[in-house]
Amino acid sequence: MRRNSAFLIAVLGFGFAFFYVPILSMIVYSFNASRLATVWGGFSTKWYGALMSNGQVAEALKLSLEIALISSTCATIMGTMAGITLARFTKFRGRTLFSGLVTAPLIMPDVITGISLLIFFILMAQYVGWPAQRGFTTVTLAHITFSMVYVTTIVQSRMLSADRAIEEAAMDLGARPWQVMRDVTLPVISPAILSGWLLAFTISMDDVVITTFTTGPGTTTLPILIWSKVKLGVTPDINALATLIVLTVGICVIGAGVAMNRAEIRRERDRRMAYRANE
Amino acid sequence: MLARWFHRRGWSDLVIGLPYVWLLIFFLIPFLIVAAMSFATRTPTAPPFGFGGENPAINLTGYSRLFTDALYLRAFVTSLANAAVAMVLCLALGYPMALGLTRVERGWRNILLMLVILPFWTSFLLRVYAWMGLMGSNSWFNHLLTQAWNWLVPQAWALRSLPLMHSNFAVVLVMVYTYLPFMILPLYANLERLDETLDEAAMDLGSRPFAVFRDITLPQSLPGIIAGGMLVFIPAAGELVIPTLVGDASSPMIGRVISDEFASARDWPMASSVAVALLILMVGPMMIYSHFEARAQSRESGT
Repeated sequence: MRRNSAFLIAVLGFGFAFFYVPILSMIVYSFNASRLATVWGGFSTKWYGALMSNGQVAEALKLSLEIALISSTCATIMGTMAGITLARFTKFRGRTLFSGLVTAPLIMPDVITGISLLIFFILMAQYVGWPAQRGFTTVTLAHITFSMVYVTTIVQSRMLSADRAIEEAAMDLGARPWQVMRDVTLPVISPAILSGWLLAFTISMDDVVITTFTTGPGTTTLPILIWSKVKLGVTPDINALATLIVLTVGICVIGAGVAMNRAEIRRERDRRMAYRANE
Repeated sequence: MLARWFHRRGWSDLVIGLPYVWLLIFFLIPFLIVAAMSFATRTPTAPPFGFGGENPAINLTGYSRLFTDALYLRAFVTSLANAAVAMVLCLALGYPMALGLTRVERGWRNILLMLVILPFWTSFLLRVYAWMGLMGSNSWFNHLLTQAWNWLVPQAWALRSLPLMHSNFAVVLVMVYTYLPFMILPLYANLERLDETLDEAAMDLGSRPFAVFRDITLPQSLPGIIAGGMLVFIPAAGELVIPTLVGDASSPMIGRVISDEFASARDWPMASSVAVALLILMVGPMMIYSHFEARAQSRESGT
Protein backbone atom coordinates (compact mmCIF):
# COMPACT_ATOMS: atom_id res chain seq x y z
CA MET A 1 0.00 0.00 0.00
CA ARG A 2 1.15 3.50 -0.74
CA ARG A 3 -0.19 7.00 -0.26
CA ASN A 4 -3.87 7.71 0.49
CA SER A 5 -3.97 4.22 1.90
CA ALA A 6 -5.88 5.05 5.12
CA PHE A 7 -8.78 6.56 3.16
CA LEU A 8 -8.82 3.79 0.56
CA ILE A 9 -8.69 1.05 3.20
CA ALA A 10 -11.56 2.72 5.05
CA VAL A 11 -13.69 2.83 1.86
CA LEU A 12 -12.81 -0.79 1.03
CA GLY A 13 -13.80 -1.80 4.57
CA PHE A 14 -17.08 0.10 4.31
CA GLY A 15 -17.76 -1.32 0.84
CA PHE A 16 -17.25 -4.92 1.89
CA ALA A 17 -19.35 -4.38 5.02
CA PHE A 18 -22.05 -2.96 2.72
CA PHE A 19 -21.76 -6.06 0.50
CA TYR A 20 -21.88 -8.65 3.24
CA VAL A 21 -23.78 -7.29 6.30
CA PRO A 22 -27.23 -7.75 4.67
CA ILE A 23 -26.40 -11.31 3.65
CA LEU A 24 -24.93 -12.19 7.07
CA SER A 25 -27.94 -10.65 8.80
CA MET A 26 -30.24 -12.78 6.64
CA ILE A 27 -28.24 -15.90 7.54
CA VAL A 28 -28.38 -15.11 11.27
CA TYR A 29 -32.14 -14.50 11.15
CA SER A 30 -32.73 -17.81 9.40
CA PHE A 31 -31.94 -19.40 12.78
CA ASN A 32 -34.54 -17.24 14.51
CA ALA A 33 -37.12 -19.13 16.57
CA SER A 34 -39.65 -16.32 16.31
CA ARG A 35 -42.32 -16.32 13.63
CA LEU A 36 -41.72 -12.58 13.22
CA ALA A 37 -38.90 -12.55 10.74
CA THR A 38 -37.12 -9.45 12.03
CA VAL A 39 -37.51 -9.80 15.84
CA TRP A 40 -35.03 -12.14 17.51
CA GLY A 41 -36.69 -14.88 19.58
CA GLY A 42 -33.91 -17.37 20.32
CA PHE A 43 -31.95 -19.91 18.26
CA SER A 44 -33.74 -22.58 16.29
CA THR A 45 -33.28 -24.67 13.18
CA LYS A 46 -36.99 -25.35 12.77
CA TRP A 47 -37.31 -23.33 9.54
CA TYR A 48 -34.79 -25.63 7.90
CA GLY A 49 -36.86 -28.58 9.04
CA ALA A 50 -39.99 -26.96 7.62
CA LEU A 51 -38.14 -26.33 4.37
CA MET A 52 -37.02 -29.97 4.03
CA SER A 53 -40.58 -31.22 4.42
CA ASN A 54 -41.90 -28.67 1.89
CA GLY A 55 -42.44 -30.56 -1.34
CA GLN A 56 -43.13 -27.37 -3.30
CA VAL A 57 -39.56 -26.14 -2.87
CA ALA A 58 -38.01 -29.45 -3.95
CA GLU A 59 -40.32 -29.54 -6.98
CA ALA A 60 -39.43 -25.98 -7.98
CA LEU A 61 -35.71 -26.63 -7.53
CA LYS A 62 -35.91 -29.73 -9.74
CA LEU A 63 -37.75 -27.79 -12.45
CA SER A 64 -35.24 -24.91 -12.29
CA LEU A 65 -32.31 -27.33 -12.58
CA GLU A 66 -33.89 -29.07 -15.60
CA ILE A 67 -34.57 -25.80 -17.39
CA ALA A 68 -31.11 -24.45 -16.53
CA LEU A 69 -29.34 -27.63 -17.73
CA ILE A 70 -31.19 -27.78 -21.05
CA SER A 71 -31.14 -24.05 -21.77
CA SER A 72 -27.50 -23.48 -20.79
CA THR A 73 -26.35 -26.42 -22.92
CA CYS A 74 -28.28 -25.26 -26.00
CA ALA A 75 -27.21 -21.67 -25.33
CA THR A 76 -23.57 -22.75 -25.11
CA ILE A 77 -23.70 -24.62 -28.43
CA MET A 78 -25.36 -21.78 -30.32
CA GLY A 79 -23.53 -19.05 -28.43
CA THR A 80 -20.18 -20.66 -29.27
CA MET A 81 -21.18 -20.91 -32.94
CA ALA A 82 -22.10 -17.22 -32.94
CA GLY A 83 -18.86 -16.30 -31.14
CA ILE A 84 -16.74 -18.22 -33.66
CA THR A 85 -18.71 -16.64 -36.50
CA LEU A 86 -18.19 -13.09 -35.27
CA ALA A 87 -14.50 -13.63 -34.51
CA ARG A 88 -13.52 -15.51 -37.70
CA PHE A 89 -15.95 -14.74 -40.50
CA THR A 90 -15.29 -11.10 -41.14
CA LYS A 91 -17.41 -10.85 -44.27
CA PHE A 92 -20.77 -12.41 -44.91
CA ARG A 93 -24.11 -10.99 -45.88
CA GLY A 94 -26.01 -9.68 -42.86
CA ARG A 95 -23.03 -9.53 -40.52
CA THR A 96 -23.99 -6.09 -39.20
CA LEU A 97 -27.51 -7.26 -38.36
CA PHE A 98 -26.06 -10.40 -36.76
CA SER A 99 -23.68 -8.53 -34.48
CA GLY A 100 -26.54 -6.21 -33.54
CA LEU A 101 -28.75 -9.21 -32.71
CA VAL A 102 -26.00 -10.56 -30.47
CA THR A 103 -25.49 -7.34 -28.50
CA ALA A 104 -29.08 -6.09 -28.26
CA PRO A 105 -30.37 -8.75 -25.82
CA LEU A 106 -27.54 -7.82 -23.42
CA ILE A 107 -28.83 -4.28 -22.99
CA MET A 108 -32.55 -4.81 -23.59
CA PRO A 109 -34.48 -4.25 -20.34
CA ASP A 110 -35.84 -7.58 -19.03
CA VAL A 111 -39.42 -6.28 -18.96
CA ILE A 112 -39.36 -5.57 -22.70
CA THR A 113 -37.76 -8.93 -23.57
CA GLY A 114 -40.33 -10.63 -21.36
CA ILE A 115 -43.35 -8.84 -22.82
CA SER A 116 -42.27 -9.28 -26.42
CA LEU A 117 -41.70 -13.01 -25.91
CA LEU A 118 -45.06 -13.34 -24.15
CA ILE A 119 -46.92 -11.59 -26.98
CA PHE A 120 -44.97 -13.71 -29.48
CA PHE A 121 -45.88 -16.96 -27.72
CA ILE A 122 -49.55 -15.97 -27.36
CA LEU A 123 -49.78 -15.17 -31.08
CA MET A 124 -47.86 -18.37 -31.94
CA ALA A 125 -50.34 -20.43 -29.92
CA GLN A 126 -53.23 -18.66 -31.62
CA TYR A 127 -52.08 -18.76 -35.25
CA VAL A 128 -49.49 -21.57 -35.47
CA GLY A 129 -50.60 -23.80 -32.63
CA TRP A 130 -47.11 -24.35 -31.23
CA PRO A 131 -46.14 -24.05 -28.40
CA ALA A 132 -49.77 -24.79 -27.53
CA GLN A 133 -49.51 -23.46 -23.98
CA ARG A 134 -46.98 -21.56 -21.95
CA GLY A 135 -44.85 -23.56 -19.54
CA PHE A 136 -41.67 -25.62 -19.62
CA THR A 137 -41.10 -25.22 -23.38
CA THR A 138 -41.65 -21.47 -23.58
CA VAL A 139 -39.51 -20.77 -20.49
CA THR A 140 -36.70 -22.91 -21.89
CA LEU A 141 -36.88 -21.20 -25.29
CA ALA A 142 -36.74 -17.79 -23.58
CA HIS A 143 -33.79 -18.80 -21.39
CA ILE A 144 -31.82 -20.13 -24.36
CA THR A 145 -32.37 -16.83 -26.16
CA PHE A 146 -31.20 -14.45 -23.45
CA SER A 147 -28.32 -16.58 -22.17
CA MET A 148 -26.72 -17.51 -25.53
CA VAL A 149 -25.55 -13.95 -26.15
CA TYR A 150 -23.51 -14.03 -22.92
CA VAL A 151 -21.74 -17.15 -24.15
CA THR A 152 -21.14 -15.44 -27.50
CA THR A 153 -19.53 -12.42 -25.83
CA ILE A 154 -17.16 -14.59 -23.77
CA VAL A 155 -16.21 -16.93 -26.65
CA GLN A 156 -15.78 -14.06 -29.10
CA SER A 157 -13.38 -12.14 -26.87
CA ARG A 158 -11.37 -15.33 -26.19
CA MET A 159 -11.16 -16.03 -29.95
CA LEU A 160 -10.02 -12.48 -30.67
CA SER A 161 -7.23 -12.66 -28.09
CA ALA A 162 -6.15 -16.19 -29.14
CA ASP A 163 -3.12 -16.61 -31.37
CA ARG A 164 -4.25 -17.18 -34.98
CA ALA A 165 -0.79 -18.46 -35.90
CA ILE A 166 -1.42 -21.86 -34.30
CA GLU A 167 -4.49 -22.42 -36.49
CA GLU A 168 -2.61 -21.32 -39.59
CA ALA A 169 0.33 -23.56 -38.70
CA ALA A 170 -2.01 -26.53 -38.35
CA MET A 171 -3.53 -25.79 -41.77
CA ASP A 172 -0.09 -25.41 -43.35
CA LEU A 173 0.81 -28.79 -41.92
CA GLY A 174 -2.14 -30.25 -43.81
CA ALA A 175 -4.86 -30.48 -41.19
CA ARG A 176 -8.37 -30.41 -42.58
CA PRO A 177 -10.64 -27.58 -41.34
CA TRP A 178 -12.67 -29.82 -39.04
CA GLN A 179 -9.40 -31.17 -37.61
CA VAL A 180 -8.18 -27.63 -36.97
CA MET A 181 -11.47 -26.89 -35.27
CA ARG A 182 -11.39 -30.06 -33.15
CA ASP A 183 -7.69 -30.20 -32.28
CA VAL A 184 -6.68 -26.54 -32.15
CA THR A 185 -9.49 -23.99 -31.95
CA LEU A 186 -11.89 -25.78 -29.59
CA PRO A 187 -9.20 -26.73 -27.02
CA VAL A 188 -7.93 -23.14 -27.06
CA ILE A 189 -11.37 -21.66 -26.40
CA SER A 190 -12.59 -24.46 -24.10
CA PRO A 191 -12.10 -22.43 -20.88
CA ALA A 192 -14.25 -19.69 -22.41
CA ILE A 193 -16.90 -22.24 -23.42
CA LEU A 194 -16.92 -23.62 -19.88
CA SER A 195 -17.26 -20.21 -18.25
CA GLY A 196 -19.96 -19.33 -20.79
CA TRP A 197 -21.87 -22.46 -19.84
CA LEU A 198 -21.54 -21.66 -16.13
CA LEU A 199 -22.75 -18.11 -16.69
CA ALA A 200 -25.69 -19.29 -18.81
CA PHE A 201 -26.58 -21.86 -16.15
CA THR A 202 -26.42 -19.26 -13.37
CA ILE A 203 -28.53 -16.64 -15.11
CA SER A 204 -31.10 -19.26 -16.04
CA MET A 205 -31.29 -20.41 -12.40
CA ASP A 206 -31.60 -16.78 -11.33
CA ASP A 207 -34.05 -15.25 -13.80
CA VAL A 208 -37.31 -13.84 -12.47
CA VAL A 209 -38.65 -11.21 -14.84
CA ILE A 210 -38.51 -12.98 -18.21
CA THR A 211 -39.67 -16.22 -16.59
CA THR A 212 -42.75 -14.58 -14.99
CA PHE A 213 -43.83 -13.40 -18.43
CA THR A 214 -43.16 -16.63 -20.33
CA THR A 215 -44.29 -19.21 -17.78
CA GLY A 216 -47.75 -20.68 -17.48
CA PRO A 217 -49.85 -22.29 -14.77
CA GLY A 218 -48.11 -25.23 -13.08
CA THR A 219 -44.62 -24.27 -14.19
CA THR A 220 -43.08 -22.71 -11.08
CA THR A 221 -39.31 -22.36 -11.07
CA LEU A 222 -37.46 -21.72 -7.82
CA PRO A 223 -37.03 -17.96 -8.41
CA ILE A 224 -40.74 -17.68 -9.32
CA LEU A 225 -41.69 -19.50 -6.11
CA ILE A 226 -39.44 -17.20 -4.05
CA TRP A 227 -40.73 -14.14 -5.94
CA SER A 228 -44.37 -14.99 -5.20
CA LYS A 229 -43.57 -15.37 -1.47
CA VAL A 230 -41.20 -12.42 -1.16
CA LYS A 231 -43.81 -10.04 -2.61
CA LEU A 232 -45.83 -10.69 0.55
CA GLY A 233 -42.94 -9.77 2.88
CA VAL A 234 -40.04 -11.20 4.87
CA THR A 235 -40.60 -14.66 6.33
CA PRO A 236 -38.23 -16.92 8.30
CA ASP A 237 -38.58 -19.90 5.95
CA ILE A 238 -37.46 -17.77 2.98
CA ASN A 239 -34.50 -16.68 5.13
CA ALA A 240 -33.61 -20.35 5.55
CA LEU A 241 -34.03 -21.11 1.84
CA ALA A 242 -32.01 -18.02 0.91
CA THR A 243 -29.24 -19.06 3.31
CA LEU A 244 -29.03 -22.52 1.73
CA ILE A 245 -28.88 -21.02 -1.78
CA VAL A 246 -26.33 -18.34 -0.91
CA LEU A 247 -24.08 -20.81 0.95
CA THR A 248 -24.25 -23.41 -1.87
CA VAL A 249 -23.38 -20.85 -4.53
CA GLY A 250 -20.76 -19.21 -2.31
CA ILE A 251 -18.95 -22.49 -1.61
CA CYS A 252 -18.96 -23.41 -5.33
CA VAL A 253 -17.64 -20.00 -6.43
CA ILE A 254 -14.97 -19.85 -3.71
CA GLY A 255 -13.94 -23.43 -4.48
CA ALA A 256 -13.62 -22.63 -8.18
CA GLY A 257 -11.73 -19.43 -7.36
CA VAL A 258 -9.25 -21.21 -5.10
CA ALA A 259 -8.71 -23.94 -7.71
CA MET A 260 -8.07 -21.35 -10.42
CA ASN A 261 -5.72 -19.42 -8.14
CA ARG A 262 -3.76 -22.62 -7.40
CA ALA A 263 -3.55 -23.46 -11.10
CA GLU A 264 -2.23 -19.97 -11.82
CA ILE A 265 0.41 -20.26 -9.09
CA ARG A 266 1.43 -23.67 -10.43
CA ARG A 267 1.74 -22.33 -13.99
CA GLU A 268 3.77 -19.39 -12.73
CA ARG A 269 6.14 -21.76 -10.89
CA ASP A 270 6.50 -24.04 -13.92
CA ARG A 271 7.28 -21.05 -16.10
CA ARG A 272 9.94 -19.85 -13.69
CA MET A 273 11.48 -23.33 -13.52
CA ALA A 274 11.51 -23.53 -17.30
CA TYR A 275 13.33 -20.20 -17.52
CA ARG A 276 15.85 -21.32 -14.95
CA ALA A 277 16.47 -24.57 -16.81
CA ASN A 278 17.20 -22.62 -19.97
CA GLU A 279 19.71 -20.29 -18.37
CA MET B 1 -8.32 -18.09 -44.53
CA LEU B 2 -10.14 -20.45 -42.18
CA ALA B 3 -13.35 -18.87 -43.37
CA ARG B 4 -12.68 -19.92 -46.97
CA TRP B 5 -11.84 -23.48 -45.96
CA PHE B 6 -15.01 -23.70 -43.94
CA HIS B 7 -17.04 -22.24 -46.73
CA ARG B 8 -16.03 -24.89 -49.18
CA ARG B 9 -17.18 -27.55 -46.75
CA GLY B 10 -20.53 -25.80 -46.26
CA TRP B 11 -19.99 -25.78 -42.50
CA SER B 12 -20.14 -22.06 -42.22
CA ASP B 13 -23.78 -22.10 -43.26
CA LEU B 14 -24.71 -24.13 -40.21
CA VAL B 15 -22.37 -22.33 -37.80
CA ILE B 16 -23.64 -18.92 -38.90
CA GLY B 17 -27.19 -19.92 -39.71
CA LEU B 18 -28.37 -21.67 -36.57
CA PRO B 19 -27.73 -18.87 -34.05
CA TYR B 20 -28.73 -16.29 -36.67
CA VAL B 21 -32.13 -17.86 -37.34
CA TRP B 22 -32.68 -18.47 -33.64
CA LEU B 23 -32.12 -14.83 -32.74
CA LEU B 24 -34.26 -13.68 -35.66
CA ILE B 25 -37.18 -15.84 -34.50
CA PHE B 26 -36.94 -15.43 -30.73
CA PHE B 27 -35.52 -11.95 -30.43
CA LEU B 28 -36.04 -9.78 -33.51
CA ILE B 29 -39.53 -10.92 -34.54
CA PRO B 30 -41.01 -10.64 -30.99
CA PHE B 31 -39.53 -7.18 -30.74
CA LEU B 32 -40.90 -6.14 -34.14
CA ILE B 33 -44.32 -7.40 -33.02
CA VAL B 34 -44.11 -5.11 -29.97
CA ALA B 35 -43.05 -2.20 -32.17
CA ALA B 36 -46.03 -2.82 -34.46
CA MET B 37 -48.32 -3.37 -31.47
CA SER B 38 -47.57 0.14 -30.24
CA PHE B 39 -49.56 1.44 -33.25
CA ALA B 40 -52.48 -0.97 -32.80
CA THR B 41 -55.88 -0.27 -31.26
CA ARG B 42 -57.04 -1.83 -28.02
CA THR B 43 -60.12 -3.99 -28.51
CA PRO B 44 -62.23 -6.18 -26.20
CA THR B 45 -61.35 -9.26 -28.29
CA ALA B 46 -58.82 -12.01 -27.58
CA PRO B 47 -55.97 -11.23 -28.24
CA PRO B 48 -56.92 -7.69 -27.15
CA PHE B 49 -55.76 -5.64 -30.12
CA GLY B 50 -56.82 -4.81 -33.64
CA PHE B 51 -55.21 -3.59 -36.84
CA GLY B 52 -57.10 -2.07 -39.76
CA GLY B 53 -60.71 -3.01 -40.50
CA GLU B 54 -62.92 -0.76 -38.39
CA ASN B 55 -59.81 0.32 -36.44
CA PRO B 56 -57.35 2.93 -37.75
CA ALA B 57 -54.37 1.37 -39.52
CA ILE B 58 -51.98 3.46 -37.45
CA ASN B 59 -53.23 4.44 -34.02
CA LEU B 60 -51.10 7.00 -32.21
CA THR B 61 -53.22 7.11 -29.04
CA GLY B 62 -50.55 5.27 -27.05
CA TYR B 63 -47.84 7.74 -27.94
CA SER B 64 -49.99 10.81 -27.38
CA ARG B 65 -51.02 9.51 -23.96
CA LEU B 66 -47.34 9.33 -23.04
CA PHE B 67 -47.27 13.12 -23.14
CA THR B 68 -50.75 13.92 -21.89
CA ASP B 69 -51.17 11.46 -19.02
CA ALA B 70 -49.05 12.57 -16.05
CA LEU B 71 -48.64 8.94 -14.90
CA TYR B 72 -46.24 8.13 -17.75
CA LEU B 73 -44.22 11.31 -17.60
CA ARG B 74 -43.82 10.91 -13.84
CA ALA B 75 -42.80 7.28 -14.24
CA PHE B 76 -40.14 8.20 -16.81
CA VAL B 77 -38.80 10.98 -14.59
CA THR B 78 -38.76 8.72 -11.52
CA SER B 79 -36.95 5.94 -13.42
CA LEU B 80 -34.30 8.18 -14.94
CA ALA B 81 -33.76 10.05 -11.65
CA ASN B 82 -33.46 6.86 -9.57
CA ALA B 83 -31.09 5.31 -12.11
CA ALA B 84 -28.97 8.47 -12.30
CA VAL B 85 -28.69 8.84 -8.52
CA ALA B 86 -27.83 5.14 -8.19
CA MET B 87 -25.16 5.54 -10.90
CA VAL B 88 -23.57 8.54 -9.15
CA LEU B 89 -23.58 6.81 -5.76
CA CYS B 90 -22.11 3.63 -7.30
CA LEU B 91 -19.35 5.77 -8.77
CA ALA B 92 -18.73 7.57 -5.47
CA LEU B 93 -18.38 4.27 -3.61
CA GLY B 94 -17.03 2.11 -6.43
CA TYR B 95 -14.22 4.38 -7.61
CA PRO B 96 -12.29 4.49 -4.31
CA MET B 97 -12.94 0.76 -3.87
CA ALA B 98 -11.53 -0.03 -7.33
CA LEU B 99 -8.57 2.26 -6.70
CA GLY B 100 -8.02 0.66 -3.30
CA LEU B 101 -8.06 -2.80 -4.93
CA THR B 102 -5.22 -1.81 -7.28
CA ARG B 103 -3.10 -0.80 -4.27
CA VAL B 104 -3.55 -4.04 -2.33
CA GLU B 105 -0.80 -6.65 -2.64
CA ARG B 106 -1.38 -9.49 -5.15
CA GLY B 107 -2.41 -12.30 -2.81
CA TRP B 108 -5.03 -10.25 -1.00
CA ARG B 109 -6.20 -8.64 -4.21
CA ASN B 110 -7.40 -11.93 -5.72
CA ILE B 111 -9.35 -12.72 -2.55
CA LEU B 112 -10.96 -9.26 -2.45
CA LEU B 113 -11.79 -9.40 -6.17
CA MET B 114 -13.49 -12.73 -5.60
CA LEU B 115 -15.49 -11.11 -2.78
CA VAL B 116 -16.61 -8.40 -5.24
CA ILE B 117 -17.68 -10.99 -7.83
CA LEU B 118 -19.28 -13.41 -5.35
CA PRO B 119 -22.54 -11.45 -4.84
CA PHE B 120 -22.89 -11.31 -8.64
CA TRP B 121 -23.17 -15.12 -8.77
CA THR B 122 -25.67 -15.37 -5.93
CA SER B 123 -29.31 -14.75 -6.67
CA PHE B 124 -30.24 -11.17 -7.56
CA LEU B 125 -33.68 -11.66 -6.03
CA LEU B 126 -32.20 -12.81 -2.72
CA ARG B 127 -29.88 -9.82 -2.53
CA VAL B 128 -32.91 -7.53 -2.84
CA TYR B 129 -34.69 -9.68 -0.27
CA ALA B 130 -31.79 -9.34 2.21
CA TRP B 131 -32.38 -5.58 2.27
CA MET B 132 -36.11 -6.05 2.85
CA GLY B 133 -35.13 -7.74 6.11
CA LEU B 134 -32.81 -4.88 7.06
CA MET B 135 -35.13 -1.99 6.21
CA GLY B 136 -38.31 -3.24 7.88
CA SER B 137 -39.50 -1.10 10.80
CA ASN B 138 -38.71 -3.79 13.41
CA SER B 139 -35.23 -4.73 12.24
CA TRP B 140 -32.00 -4.10 14.17
CA PHE B 141 -30.68 -2.01 11.29
CA ASN B 142 -33.71 0.27 11.30
CA HIS B 143 -33.47 0.60 15.14
CA LEU B 144 -29.82 1.56 14.81
CA LEU B 145 -30.54 4.19 12.17
CA THR B 146 -33.56 5.48 14.10
CA GLN B 147 -31.44 5.98 17.21
CA ALA B 148 -28.83 7.85 15.20
CA TRP B 149 -31.57 9.99 13.64
CA ASN B 150 -33.22 10.80 16.99
CA TRP B 151 -29.83 11.74 18.44
CA LEU B 152 -29.02 14.04 15.53
CA VAL B 153 -32.30 15.92 15.00
CA PRO B 154 -34.36 18.10 17.41
CA GLN B 155 -36.78 16.31 19.71
CA ALA B 156 -39.84 17.34 17.71
CA TRP B 157 -38.62 15.26 14.72
CA ALA B 158 -37.98 12.12 16.74
CA LEU B 159 -39.41 8.94 15.18
CA ARG B 160 -40.23 5.45 16.46
CA SER B 161 -38.82 3.95 13.30
CA LEU B 162 -37.60 5.34 9.99
CA PRO B 163 -39.95 4.77 7.02
CA LEU B 164 -37.20 3.24 4.87
CA MET B 165 -39.26 0.68 2.95
CA HIS B 166 -41.48 1.56 -0.02
CA SER B 167 -39.65 4.74 -0.94
CA ASN B 168 -37.37 5.94 -3.73
CA PHE B 169 -34.62 5.98 -1.11
CA ALA B 170 -35.03 2.22 -0.69
CA VAL B 171 -35.02 1.70 -4.47
CA VAL B 172 -31.79 3.67 -4.93
CA LEU B 173 -30.10 2.00 -1.94
CA VAL B 174 -30.88 -1.51 -3.22
CA MET B 175 -29.87 -0.54 -6.78
CA VAL B 176 -26.50 0.66 -5.49
CA TYR B 177 -26.16 -2.59 -3.56
CA THR B 178 -27.00 -4.89 -6.47
CA TYR B 179 -25.22 -2.97 -9.26
CA LEU B 180 -22.03 -1.92 -7.41
CA PRO B 181 -19.97 -4.86 -8.82
CA PHE B 182 -20.82 -3.65 -12.36
CA MET B 183 -19.16 -0.34 -11.48
CA ILE B 184 -16.16 -1.73 -9.61
CA LEU B 185 -15.08 -4.38 -12.15
CA PRO B 186 -14.67 -2.20 -15.30
CA LEU B 187 -13.10 0.56 -13.20
CA TYR B 188 -10.67 -1.90 -11.66
CA ALA B 189 -9.78 -3.34 -15.07
CA ASN B 190 -9.10 0.20 -16.29
CA LEU B 191 -7.18 1.46 -13.24
CA GLU B 192 -5.06 -1.67 -13.04
CA ARG B 193 -3.60 -1.03 -16.51
CA LEU B 194 -2.56 2.57 -15.82
CA ASP B 195 1.13 3.32 -15.93
CA GLU B 196 2.33 3.95 -12.39
CA THR B 197 5.47 5.75 -13.54
CA LEU B 198 3.28 8.68 -14.61
CA ASP B 199 2.08 9.06 -11.02
CA GLU B 200 5.62 8.82 -9.77
CA ALA B 201 6.87 11.39 -12.27
CA ALA B 202 4.15 13.82 -11.16
CA MET B 203 5.02 13.21 -7.52
CA ASP B 204 8.72 13.76 -8.22
CA LEU B 205 7.85 17.04 -9.92
CA GLY B 206 6.18 18.13 -6.69
CA SER B 207 2.47 17.42 -7.22
CA ARG B 208 0.45 16.70 -4.12
CA PRO B 209 -1.31 13.32 -3.97
CA PHE B 210 -4.74 14.82 -4.68
CA ALA B 211 -3.41 16.81 -7.63
CA VAL B 212 -1.84 13.61 -9.01
CA PHE B 213 -5.19 11.90 -8.72
CA ARG B 214 -7.07 14.79 -10.34
CA ASP B 215 -4.61 15.44 -13.20
CA ILE B 216 -3.21 11.96 -13.93
CA THR B 217 -5.38 9.11 -12.65
CA LEU B 218 -8.88 10.55 -13.13
CA PRO B 219 -8.58 11.61 -16.82
CA GLN B 220 -7.06 8.25 -17.73
CA SER B 221 -9.84 6.34 -16.01
CA LEU B 222 -12.65 8.08 -17.94
CA PRO B 223 -13.36 5.03 -20.18
CA GLY B 224 -13.76 2.89 -17.04
CA ILE B 225 -16.08 5.47 -15.47
CA ILE B 226 -18.27 5.56 -18.56
CA ALA B 227 -18.37 1.78 -18.97
CA GLY B 228 -19.25 1.29 -15.30
CA GLY B 229 -21.75 4.15 -15.31
CA MET B 230 -23.68 2.80 -18.31
CA LEU B 231 -23.59 -0.77 -16.94
CA VAL B 232 -25.37 0.59 -13.85
CA PHE B 233 -27.66 3.15 -15.52
CA ILE B 234 -29.08 1.04 -18.36
CA PRO B 235 -30.38 -1.92 -16.32
CA ALA B 236 -31.36 0.32 -13.38
CA ALA B 237 -33.64 2.49 -15.54
CA GLY B 238 -35.64 -0.53 -16.73
CA GLU B 239 -35.59 -2.31 -13.37
CA LEU B 240 -38.75 -4.20 -12.35
CA VAL B 241 -37.84 -6.41 -9.38
CA ILE B 242 -36.42 -3.73 -7.07
CA PRO B 243 -39.24 -1.17 -7.37
CA THR B 244 -41.86 -3.93 -7.02
CA LEU B 245 -40.35 -5.20 -3.78
CA VAL B 246 -39.07 -2.08 -2.00
CA GLY B 247 -40.44 0.80 -4.10
CA ASP B 248 -43.22 3.29 -3.54
CA ALA B 249 -46.32 1.98 -5.33
CA SER B 250 -47.71 5.51 -5.72
CA SER B 251 -44.75 6.64 -7.87
CA PRO B 252 -43.97 3.56 -9.97
CA MET B 253 -40.94 3.20 -12.20
CA ILE B 254 -41.32 2.60 -15.91
CA GLY B 255 -40.74 -1.18 -15.76
CA ARG B 256 -43.63 -1.48 -13.33
CA VAL B 257 -45.86 0.65 -15.57
CA ILE B 258 -45.16 -1.56 -18.60
CA SER B 259 -45.88 -4.73 -16.66
CA ASP B 260 -49.09 -3.34 -15.04
CA GLU B 261 -50.34 -1.91 -18.33
CA PHE B 262 -49.89 -5.33 -19.89
CA ALA B 263 -51.01 -7.68 -17.13
CA SER B 264 -53.57 -5.72 -15.06
CA ALA B 265 -55.00 -3.28 -17.59
CA ARG B 266 -54.63 -5.74 -20.52
CA ASP B 267 -53.76 -2.78 -22.71
CA TRP B 268 -51.17 -4.33 -25.02
CA PRO B 269 -50.85 -1.34 -27.39
CA MET B 270 -50.23 1.07 -24.48
CA ALA B 271 -47.70 -1.27 -22.82
CA SER B 272 -45.94 -1.53 -26.19
CA SER B 273 -45.85 2.26 -26.65
CA VAL B 274 -44.27 2.70 -23.20
CA ALA B 275 -41.75 -0.06 -23.98
CA VAL B 276 -40.75 1.54 -27.29
CA ALA B 277 -40.43 4.95 -25.59
CA LEU B 278 -38.17 3.45 -22.90
CA LEU B 279 -35.97 1.91 -25.58
CA ILE B 280 -35.73 5.23 -27.44
CA LEU B 281 -34.64 6.90 -24.19
CA MET B 282 -32.03 4.18 -23.70
CA VAL B 283 -30.53 4.57 -27.19
CA GLY B 284 -28.39 7.54 -26.11
CA PRO B 285 -26.71 5.81 -23.14
CA MET B 286 -26.32 2.60 -25.19
CA MET B 287 -24.55 4.42 -28.00
CA ILE B 288 -22.19 6.17 -25.56
CA TYR B 289 -21.42 2.78 -24.03
CA SER B 290 -20.82 0.91 -27.29
CA HIS B 291 -18.72 3.81 -28.65
CA PHE B 292 -16.35 3.62 -25.67
CA GLU B 293 -16.40 -0.19 -25.64
CA ALA B 294 -15.45 -0.33 -29.33
CA ARG B 295 -12.63 2.14 -28.74
CA ALA B 296 -11.35 0.16 -25.75
CA GLN B 297 -11.47 -3.06 -27.80
CA SER B 298 -9.66 -1.61 -30.79
CA ARG B 299 -6.98 -0.24 -28.45
CA GLU B 300 -6.61 -3.66 -26.85
CA SER B 301 -6.28 -5.57 -30.09
CA GLY B 302 -3.95 -2.87 -31.45
CA THR B 303 -1.29 -3.49 -28.80
